[in-house]
Amino acid sequence: MADLGKEVKLVGSTNSLFTCRPRVALNLKGVDYDFLQEKWWQKSDLLLESNPVYKKMPVLIHNNKPVCESMIIVEYIDETWTSKGPSILPSDPYDRAMSRFWTAYSDDKFPSLLRVLMGPIPGDIPEAREQFVASLQLLEAALKKCSKGKIFFGGDNIGYLDIALGSHFGWIEATEKLAGIRLLEKETVPRLVEWSEHYFAHPAVKDIMPTTEELVAFVTEVKSTLSAPAK
Amino acid sequence: MVASAAVRLFGMWASPAVRRVEWALKLKGIEYEYIEEDLSNKSSSLLEFNPINKQVPVLVHNCNPIVESLVILEYIDETWKDNPILPVDPLERAKARFWATFVDVKCREESRKAFFMEGEEKEKAIENLQVQLKALDEELEGKKFFSGDHIGYTDLAVGWMTFWLGVAEEAAGFKANYDVKFPNFSRWIKDFLAEPVIKDNLPPREKTVEFFRAFKQLGSCTKVNQK
Repeated sequence: MADLGKEVKLVGSTNSLFTCRPRVALNLKGVDYDFLQEKWWQKSDLLLESNPVYKKMPVLIHNNKPVCESMIIVEYIDETWTSKGPSILPSDPYDRAMSRFWTAYSDDKFPSLLRVLMGPIPGDIPEAREQFVASLQLLEAALKKCSKGKIFFGGDNIGYLDIALGSHFGWIEATEKLAGIRLLEKETVPRLVEWSEHYFAHPAVKDIMPTTEELVAFVTEVKSTLSAPAK
Repeated sequence: MVASAAVRLFGMWASPAVRRVEWALKLKGIEYEYIEEDLSNKSSSLLEFNPINKQVPVLVHNCNPIVESLVILEYIDETWKDNPILPVDPLERAKARFWATFVDVKCREESRKAFFMEGEEKEKAIENLQVQLKALDEELEGKKFFSGDHIGYTDLAVGWMTFWLGVAEEAAGFKANYDVKFPNFSRWIKDFLAEPVIKDNLPPREKTVEFFRAFKQLGSCTKVNQK
Protein backbone atom coordinates (compact mmCIF):
# COMPACT_ATOMS: atom_id res chain seq x y z
CA MET A 1 0.00 0.00 0.00
CA ALA A 2 1.34 3.43 -0.87
CA ASP A 3 2.59 5.43 2.07
CA LEU A 4 -0.02 8.14 2.45
CA GLY A 5 1.43 11.63 2.44
CA LYS A 6 4.73 10.63 0.88
CA GLU A 7 4.15 12.17 -2.51
CA VAL A 8 1.90 15.19 -2.36
CA LYS A 9 2.27 18.14 -4.70
CA LEU A 10 0.00 21.12 -5.11
CA VAL A 11 0.13 23.12 -8.32
CA GLY A 12 -1.23 26.60 -7.74
CA SER A 13 -0.59 30.21 -6.91
CA THR A 14 -0.32 32.07 -3.63
CA ASN A 15 -2.72 34.73 -4.94
CA SER A 16 -5.33 32.28 -6.16
CA LEU A 17 -8.41 32.06 -3.97
CA PHE A 18 -9.01 28.53 -5.22
CA THR A 19 -5.46 27.43 -4.37
CA CYS A 20 -5.89 28.66 -0.76
CA ARG A 21 -8.55 26.06 -0.17
CA PRO A 22 -6.56 22.83 -0.48
CA ARG A 23 -3.63 24.55 1.27
CA VAL A 24 -5.80 25.16 4.35
CA ALA A 25 -7.13 21.59 4.16
CA LEU A 26 -3.62 20.11 3.95
CA ASN A 27 -2.52 22.28 6.87
CA LEU A 28 -5.51 21.14 8.94
CA LYS A 29 -4.53 17.54 8.31
CA GLY A 30 -0.84 18.19 8.93
CA VAL A 31 0.11 16.80 5.51
CA ASP A 32 3.43 17.86 4.02
CA TYR A 33 3.41 18.83 0.37
CA ASP A 34 5.47 20.45 -2.33
CA PHE A 35 3.94 23.71 -3.43
CA LEU A 36 4.56 24.37 -7.11
CA GLN A 37 3.95 28.07 -7.78
CA GLU A 38 2.44 28.87 -11.17
CA LYS A 39 3.20 32.08 -13.06
CA TRP A 40 -0.10 33.84 -13.81
CA TRP A 41 0.99 34.76 -17.33
CA GLN A 42 2.17 31.31 -18.39
CA LYS A 43 0.80 27.90 -17.46
CA SER A 44 3.35 25.20 -16.73
CA ASP A 45 3.51 21.92 -18.66
CA LEU A 46 2.71 20.11 -15.44
CA LEU A 47 -0.52 22.07 -15.00
CA LEU A 48 -1.56 21.51 -18.61
CA GLU A 49 -0.83 17.78 -18.41
CA SER A 50 -2.44 17.21 -15.04
CA ASN A 51 -5.58 19.24 -15.80
CA PRO A 52 -6.11 18.94 -19.56
CA VAL A 53 -9.87 19.57 -19.31
CA TYR A 54 -9.81 22.94 -17.54
CA LYS A 55 -6.08 23.83 -17.65
CA LYS A 56 -6.62 25.61 -14.31
CA MET A 57 -5.14 25.53 -10.85
CA PRO A 58 -5.17 24.21 -8.26
CA VAL A 59 -4.30 20.61 -8.99
CA LEU A 60 -3.35 18.21 -6.23
CA ILE A 61 -1.04 15.45 -7.35
CA HIS A 62 -1.01 12.55 -4.91
CA ASN A 63 1.08 9.48 -5.75
CA ASN A 64 1.25 10.82 -9.31
CA LYS A 65 -2.53 10.95 -9.69
CA PRO A 66 -4.09 14.39 -10.26
CA VAL A 67 -7.18 15.69 -8.48
CA CYS A 68 -8.76 18.88 -9.87
CA GLU A 69 -11.27 21.52 -8.73
CA SER A 70 -10.61 23.15 -5.38
CA MET A 71 -13.49 21.87 -3.25
CA ILE A 72 -13.29 18.41 -4.83
CA ILE A 73 -9.63 18.43 -3.73
CA VAL A 74 -10.67 19.51 -0.21
CA GLU A 75 -13.09 16.58 -0.02
CA TYR A 76 -10.45 14.23 -1.37
CA ILE A 77 -8.04 15.40 1.35
CA ASP A 78 -10.73 14.85 3.99
CA GLU A 79 -11.54 11.35 2.69
CA THR A 80 -7.91 10.27 2.24
CA TRP A 81 -6.29 11.43 5.48
CA THR A 82 -9.08 10.31 7.75
CA SER A 83 -6.96 9.56 10.77
CA LYS A 84 -5.02 12.82 10.60
CA GLY A 85 -6.36 16.12 11.91
CA PRO A 86 -10.01 17.09 12.34
CA SER A 87 -12.78 16.11 9.90
CA ILE A 88 -13.35 18.84 7.37
CA LEU A 89 -16.90 17.96 6.38
CA PRO A 90 -19.52 17.57 9.11
CA SER A 91 -20.65 14.01 9.85
CA ASP A 92 -24.40 14.59 9.56
CA PRO A 93 -25.72 14.31 5.96
CA TYR A 94 -27.99 17.35 6.29
CA ASP A 95 -25.14 19.50 7.66
CA ARG A 96 -22.95 18.26 4.81
CA ALA A 97 -25.65 19.24 2.31
CA MET A 98 -25.84 22.72 3.84
CA SER A 99 -22.04 23.08 3.60
CA ARG A 100 -22.12 22.08 -0.07
CA PHE A 101 -25.10 24.31 -0.85
CA TRP A 102 -23.61 27.46 0.68
CA THR A 103 -20.25 26.75 -0.96
CA ALA A 104 -21.93 26.52 -4.37
CA TYR A 105 -23.91 29.68 -3.56
CA SER A 106 -20.80 31.70 -2.63
CA ASP A 107 -18.88 30.46 -5.67
CA ASP A 108 -21.79 31.35 -7.91
CA LYS A 109 -22.27 34.87 -6.50
CA PHE A 110 -19.03 36.28 -5.19
CA PRO A 111 -16.43 36.15 -7.96
CA SER A 112 -18.75 37.58 -10.65
CA LEU A 113 -20.11 40.34 -8.38
CA LEU A 114 -16.64 41.26 -7.13
CA ARG A 115 -15.35 41.49 -10.71
CA VAL A 116 -18.08 43.99 -11.55
CA LEU A 117 -17.34 45.97 -8.38
CA MET A 118 -13.60 45.94 -9.04
CA GLY A 119 -14.10 47.16 -12.57
CA PRO A 120 -12.60 44.65 -15.00
CA ILE A 121 -15.97 43.65 -16.40
CA PRO A 122 -18.73 46.15 -17.16
CA GLY A 123 -21.84 46.09 -15.04
CA ASP A 124 -24.15 48.09 -12.83
CA ILE A 125 -22.02 48.81 -9.76
CA PRO A 126 -24.79 49.95 -7.36
CA GLU A 127 -26.87 46.89 -8.30
CA ALA A 128 -23.86 44.58 -7.87
CA ARG A 129 -23.18 46.09 -4.46
CA GLU A 130 -26.80 45.62 -3.41
CA GLN A 131 -26.75 41.97 -4.52
CA PHE A 132 -23.43 41.40 -2.78
CA VAL A 133 -24.60 42.88 0.51
CA ALA A 134 -27.80 40.81 0.28
CA SER A 135 -25.70 37.66 -0.22
CA LEU A 136 -23.62 38.51 2.84
CA GLN A 137 -26.79 38.85 4.88
CA LEU A 138 -27.95 35.40 3.79
CA LEU A 139 -24.57 34.02 4.83
CA GLU A 140 -24.85 35.82 8.17
CA ALA A 141 -28.08 33.91 8.80
CA ALA A 142 -26.49 30.68 7.55
CA LEU A 143 -23.57 31.17 9.96
CA LYS A 144 -25.96 31.54 12.87
CA LYS A 145 -27.66 28.26 11.90
CA CYS A 146 -24.64 26.17 10.86
CA SER A 147 -22.34 27.21 13.72
CA LYS A 148 -24.89 26.17 16.36
CA GLY A 149 -23.65 28.87 18.68
CA LYS A 150 -19.94 28.42 17.94
CA ILE A 151 -17.59 30.69 15.97
CA PHE A 152 -17.13 28.77 12.73
CA PHE A 153 -19.54 27.26 10.19
CA GLY A 154 -17.84 23.99 11.15
CA GLY A 155 -18.52 24.62 14.86
CA ASP A 156 -15.49 24.57 17.16
CA ASN A 157 -13.08 24.19 14.28
CA ILE A 158 -12.97 25.36 10.69
CA GLY A 159 -14.56 23.07 8.15
CA TYR A 160 -15.56 22.77 4.52
CA LEU A 161 -17.71 25.90 4.31
CA ASP A 162 -15.28 28.01 6.34
CA ILE A 163 -12.54 27.05 3.89
CA ALA A 164 -14.71 27.80 0.85
CA LEU A 165 -16.01 31.13 2.08
CA GLY A 166 -12.77 32.22 3.72
CA SER A 167 -10.99 32.13 0.36
CA HIS A 168 -13.34 34.83 -0.95
CA PHE A 169 -12.86 37.20 1.97
CA GLY A 170 -9.36 38.36 1.07
CA TRP A 171 -10.81 39.38 -2.29
CA ILE A 172 -13.69 41.20 -0.62
CA GLU A 173 -11.22 43.42 1.22
CA ALA A 174 -9.08 43.92 -1.89
CA THR A 175 -12.20 44.98 -3.81
CA GLU A 176 -13.12 47.43 -1.05
CA LYS A 177 -9.68 49.04 -1.40
CA LEU A 178 -9.62 49.06 -5.20
CA ALA A 179 -13.16 50.30 -5.65
CA GLY A 180 -13.27 52.56 -2.58
CA ILE A 181 -16.49 51.02 -1.26
CA ARG A 182 -17.57 49.26 1.92
CA LEU A 183 -18.95 45.76 1.51
CA LEU A 184 -18.32 43.94 4.78
CA GLU A 185 -19.80 46.03 7.57
CA LYS A 186 -19.88 45.10 11.24
CA GLU A 187 -23.19 46.96 11.59
CA THR A 188 -24.99 44.70 9.09
CA VAL A 189 -23.11 41.36 9.32
CA PRO A 190 -21.51 41.29 12.80
CA ARG A 191 -21.20 37.51 13.02
CA LEU A 192 -19.48 37.27 9.63
CA VAL A 193 -17.02 40.01 10.54
CA GLU A 194 -16.17 38.23 13.80
CA TRP A 195 -15.97 34.90 11.96
CA SER A 196 -13.53 36.34 9.37
CA GLU A 197 -11.25 37.66 12.11
CA HIS A 198 -11.11 34.23 13.73
CA TYR A 199 -10.73 32.46 10.38
CA PHE A 200 -7.77 34.54 9.25
CA ALA A 201 -6.10 34.07 12.65
CA HIS A 202 -6.48 30.27 12.57
CA PRO A 203 -3.10 28.45 12.55
CA ALA A 204 -4.01 26.49 9.40
CA VAL A 205 -4.90 29.71 7.57
CA LYS A 206 -2.83 32.66 8.72
CA ASP A 207 0.46 31.93 7.01
CA ILE A 208 -0.92 31.10 3.61
CA MET A 209 -3.54 33.74 2.90
CA PRO A 210 -2.31 36.64 0.77
CA THR A 211 -2.66 40.05 2.43
CA THR A 212 -5.04 42.65 1.04
CA GLU A 213 -2.02 44.66 -0.09
CA GLU A 214 -0.61 41.67 -1.99
CA LEU A 215 -3.93 41.10 -3.75
CA VAL A 216 -4.29 44.78 -4.63
CA ALA A 217 -0.72 44.80 -6.03
CA PHE A 218 -1.47 41.62 -7.99
CA VAL A 219 -4.63 43.07 -9.58
CA THR A 220 -2.78 46.27 -10.44
CA GLU A 221 0.05 44.29 -12.03
CA VAL A 222 -2.31 42.13 -14.09
CA LYS A 223 -4.35 45.13 -15.25
CA SER A 224 -1.33 47.15 -16.31
CA THR A 225 0.28 44.19 -18.07
CA LEU A 226 -2.88 43.35 -19.98
CA SER A 227 -3.54 46.95 -20.97
CA ALA A 228 0.07 47.69 -22.03
CA PRO A 229 0.44 48.27 -25.77
CA ALA A 230 1.63 45.17 -27.68
CA LYS A 231 5.29 45.22 -28.53
CA MET B 1 -38.64 1.18 3.85
CA VAL B 2 -39.05 4.87 4.48
CA ALA B 3 -42.59 6.17 5.06
CA SER B 4 -43.67 8.22 2.05
CA ALA B 5 -44.56 11.31 4.09
CA ALA B 6 -40.96 11.58 5.32
CA VAL B 7 -39.58 12.15 1.81
CA ARG B 8 -41.06 14.71 -0.55
CA LEU B 9 -39.77 15.91 -3.88
CA PHE B 10 -40.87 19.19 -5.43
CA GLY B 11 -40.35 19.03 -9.17
CA MET B 12 -41.45 19.89 -12.68
CA TRP B 13 -42.15 17.23 -15.31
CA ALA B 14 -39.79 18.57 -18.00
CA SER B 15 -36.84 19.25 -15.70
CA PRO B 16 -33.71 17.07 -16.13
CA ALA B 17 -32.43 18.10 -12.71
CA VAL B 18 -35.62 16.79 -11.09
CA ARG B 19 -35.45 13.48 -13.01
CA ARG B 20 -31.87 13.07 -11.85
CA VAL B 21 -33.08 13.08 -8.24
CA GLU B 22 -35.96 10.72 -9.04
CA TRP B 23 -33.57 8.26 -10.69
CA ALA B 24 -31.44 8.25 -7.53
CA LEU B 25 -34.45 7.77 -5.25
CA LYS B 26 -35.72 4.89 -7.39
CA LEU B 27 -32.29 3.24 -7.64
CA LYS B 28 -32.24 3.21 -3.85
CA GLY B 29 -35.83 2.01 -3.54
CA ILE B 30 -36.84 5.08 -1.52
CA GLU B 31 -40.54 5.86 -1.45
CA TYR B 32 -41.39 9.50 -1.81
CA GLU B 33 -44.24 11.87 -2.43
CA TYR B 34 -43.86 13.84 -5.66
CA ILE B 35 -45.30 17.35 -5.87
CA GLU B 36 -45.57 18.85 -9.37
CA GLU B 37 -44.87 22.60 -9.42
CA ASP B 38 -46.24 25.14 -11.86
CA LEU B 39 -43.14 27.31 -12.18
CA SER B 40 -45.17 30.24 -13.44
CA ASN B 41 -47.15 30.11 -10.19
CA LYS B 42 -44.92 28.63 -7.51
CA SER B 43 -46.49 27.12 -4.45
CA SER B 44 -46.02 28.71 -1.05
CA SER B 45 -44.40 25.44 0.06
CA LEU B 46 -41.72 25.65 -2.63
CA LEU B 47 -41.00 29.27 -1.77
CA GLU B 48 -40.84 28.40 1.92
CA PHE B 49 -38.49 25.44 1.36
CA ASN B 50 -36.28 27.19 -1.22
CA PRO B 51 -36.51 30.92 -0.58
CA ILE B 52 -33.06 31.59 -2.02
CA ASN B 53 -33.25 30.11 -5.51
CA LYS B 54 -37.00 29.40 -5.65
CA GLN B 55 -36.14 26.48 -7.93
CA VAL B 56 -36.84 22.80 -8.32
CA PRO B 57 -35.84 20.18 -7.39
CA VAL B 58 -36.25 20.46 -3.64
CA LEU B 59 -36.00 17.29 -1.58
CA VAL B 60 -37.67 17.56 1.80
CA HIS B 61 -36.66 14.86 4.26
CA ASN B 62 -38.13 14.91 7.74
CA CYS B 63 -39.14 18.53 7.08
CA ASN B 64 -35.55 19.55 6.18
CA PRO B 65 -35.20 20.94 2.65
CA ILE B 66 -32.18 20.15 0.48
CA VAL B 67 -31.70 21.99 -2.83
CA GLU B 68 -29.32 21.76 -5.83
CA SER B 69 -29.63 18.42 -7.56
CA LEU B 70 -26.01 17.27 -7.17
CA VAL B 71 -26.10 18.21 -3.47
CA ILE B 72 -29.34 16.21 -3.21
CA LEU B 73 -27.69 13.17 -4.87
CA GLU B 74 -24.87 13.18 -2.31
CA TYR B 75 -27.39 13.62 0.52
CA ILE B 76 -29.41 10.66 -0.73
CA ASP B 77 -26.27 8.50 -0.98
CA GLU B 78 -25.14 9.44 2.52
CA THR B 79 -28.55 8.98 4.13
CA TRP B 80 -29.68 5.72 2.48
CA LYS B 81 -26.62 3.50 2.30
CA ASP B 82 -28.00 0.58 0.23
CA ASN B 83 -27.09 0.53 -3.50
CA PRO B 84 -24.40 3.22 -3.21
CA ILE B 85 -24.13 5.58 -6.19
CA LEU B 86 -20.72 7.04 -5.33
CA PRO B 87 -17.64 4.80 -5.26
CA VAL B 88 -15.77 4.06 -2.03
CA ASP B 89 -12.25 5.03 -3.11
CA PRO B 90 -11.45 8.75 -2.54
CA LEU B 91 -9.75 9.17 -5.93
CA GLU B 92 -12.67 7.57 -7.77
CA ARG B 93 -15.08 9.79 -5.79
CA ALA B 94 -13.07 12.86 -6.79
CA LYS B 95 -13.22 11.80 -10.45
CA ALA B 96 -16.98 11.18 -10.22
CA ARG B 97 -17.53 14.65 -8.74
CA PHE B 98 -15.20 16.21 -11.30
CA TRP B 99 -17.15 14.88 -14.28
CA ALA B 100 -20.49 15.71 -12.67
CA THR B 101 -19.57 19.35 -12.16
CA PHE B 102 -17.92 19.53 -15.60
CA VAL B 103 -21.16 18.48 -17.25
CA ASP B 104 -23.36 20.53 -14.97
CA VAL B 105 -21.42 23.75 -15.44
CA LYS B 106 -19.53 23.60 -18.73
CA CYS B 107 -21.63 21.34 -20.96
CA ARG B 108 -24.82 22.93 -19.75
CA GLU B 109 -23.44 26.41 -20.50
CA GLU B 110 -22.52 25.53 -24.08
CA SER B 111 -25.77 23.64 -24.63
CA ARG B 112 -27.74 26.68 -23.47
CA LYS B 113 -25.81 28.90 -25.86
CA ALA B 114 -26.31 26.48 -28.75
CA PHE B 115 -30.00 26.39 -27.86
CA PHE B 116 -30.68 30.12 -27.47
CA MET B 117 -28.21 31.78 -29.81
CA GLU B 118 -28.00 32.00 -33.56
CA GLY B 119 -25.34 32.46 -36.19
CA GLU B 120 -21.67 32.53 -35.24
CA GLU B 121 -22.32 32.33 -31.50
CA LYS B 122 -24.42 29.21 -32.00
CA GLU B 123 -21.71 27.62 -34.16
CA LYS B 124 -19.02 28.43 -31.60
CA ALA B 125 -21.11 26.91 -28.79
CA ILE B 126 -21.63 23.70 -30.81
CA GLU B 127 -17.89 23.54 -31.44
CA ASN B 128 -17.15 23.95 -27.72
CA LEU B 129 -19.77 21.35 -26.85
CA GLN B 130 -18.12 18.87 -29.20
CA VAL B 131 -14.76 19.39 -27.49
CA GLN B 132 -16.50 18.61 -24.20
CA LEU B 133 -18.24 15.55 -25.66
CA LYS B 134 -14.86 14.29 -26.88
CA ALA B 135 -13.55 14.46 -23.30
CA LEU B 136 -16.58 12.50 -22.08
CA ASP B 137 -16.13 9.99 -24.91
CA GLU B 138 -12.50 9.42 -23.90
CA GLU B 139 -13.51 8.99 -20.26
CA LEU B 140 -15.90 6.20 -21.31
CA GLU B 141 -13.19 4.20 -23.12
CA GLY B 142 -13.35 0.59 -21.92
CA LYS B 143 -16.29 1.25 -19.57
CA LYS B 144 -19.97 0.45 -19.95
CA PHE B 145 -20.98 3.34 -17.72
CA PHE B 146 -19.01 6.25 -16.24
CA SER B 147 -19.32 4.47 -12.89
CA GLY B 148 -18.25 1.06 -14.28
CA ASP B 149 -20.56 -1.91 -14.79
CA HIS B 150 -23.55 -0.22 -13.17
CA ILE B 151 -24.92 3.29 -13.33
CA GLY B 152 -23.83 5.59 -10.54
CA TYR B 153 -23.43 9.21 -9.56
CA THR B 154 -21.60 10.35 -12.68
CA ASP B 155 -24.07 8.63 -15.00
CA LEU B 156 -26.97 10.23 -13.15
CA ALA B 157 -25.24 13.61 -13.38
CA VAL B 158 -24.45 13.30 -17.10
CA GLY B 159 -27.75 11.54 -17.81
CA TRP B 160 -29.60 14.67 -18.92
CA MET B 161 -27.52 14.61 -22.08
CA THR B 162 -29.00 11.27 -23.12
CA PHE B 163 -32.45 12.76 -23.59
CA TRP B 164 -32.58 16.53 -23.12
CA LEU B 165 -29.66 17.30 -25.42
CA GLY B 166 -31.53 15.56 -28.25
CA VAL B 167 -34.68 17.46 -27.28
CA ALA B 168 -32.78 20.76 -27.32
CA GLU B 169 -31.28 19.92 -30.71
CA GLU B 170 -34.70 19.22 -32.18
CA ALA B 171 -36.36 22.25 -30.58
CA ALA B 172 -33.61 24.68 -31.54
CA GLY B 173 -32.47 23.21 -34.86
CA PHE B 174 -28.86 22.22 -34.23
CA LYS B 175 -26.85 19.00 -34.20
CA ALA B 176 -23.94 18.17 -31.95
CA ASN B 177 -23.41 15.01 -34.05
CA TYR B 178 -22.30 12.82 -31.18
CA ASP B 179 -23.84 9.74 -32.80
CA VAL B 180 -21.33 10.10 -35.62
CA LYS B 181 -18.29 11.51 -33.88
CA PHE B 182 -18.25 9.93 -30.42
CA PRO B 183 -18.88 6.16 -30.46
CA ASN B 184 -18.33 5.52 -26.73
CA PHE B 185 -20.66 8.33 -25.78
CA SER B 186 -23.35 7.18 -28.25
CA ARG B 187 -23.11 3.63 -26.97
CA TRP B 188 -23.37 4.89 -23.37
CA ILE B 189 -26.52 6.86 -24.24
CA LYS B 190 -28.21 3.67 -25.50
CA ASP B 191 -27.11 1.62 -22.48
CA PHE B 192 -28.18 4.35 -20.04
CA LEU B 193 -31.60 4.79 -21.62
CA ALA B 194 -32.11 1.00 -21.57
CA GLU B 195 -31.78 0.85 -17.78
CA PRO B 196 -35.25 0.21 -16.29
CA VAL B 197 -35.00 3.00 -13.69
CA ILE B 198 -34.20 5.46 -16.47
CA LYS B 199 -36.47 4.37 -19.31
CA ASP B 200 -39.49 4.22 -17.04
CA ASN B 201 -38.74 7.72 -15.72
CA LEU B 202 -38.45 10.07 -18.66
CA PRO B 203 -40.91 12.74 -19.75
CA PRO B 204 -42.86 12.20 -23.00
CA ARG B 205 -40.55 13.24 -25.84
CA GLU B 206 -42.90 15.17 -28.10
CA LYS B 207 -44.39 17.10 -25.22
CA THR B 208 -40.86 17.95 -23.99
CA VAL B 209 -39.79 19.14 -27.45
CA GLU B 210 -42.88 21.37 -27.61
CA PHE B 211 -42.12 22.70 -24.15
CA PHE B 212 -38.55 23.56 -25.13
CA ARG B 213 -39.68 25.13 -28.41
CA ALA B 214 -42.02 27.41 -26.48
CA PHE B 215 -39.28 28.09 -23.95
CA LYS B 216 -36.89 29.17 -26.72
CA GLN B 217 -39.53 31.52 -28.10
CA LEU B 218 -39.61 33.31 -24.75
CA GLY B 219 -36.01 34.21 -25.43
CA SER B 220 -32.77 34.07 -23.46
CA CYS B 221 -34.00 36.53 -20.81
CA THR B 222 -36.09 33.80 -19.23
CA LYS B 223 -34.19 31.58 -16.86
CA VAL B 224 -35.16 27.93 -16.53
CA ASN B 225 -36.15 27.55 -12.90
CA GLN B 226 -34.28 24.38 -12.25
CA LYS B 227 -30.84 23.44 -11.07
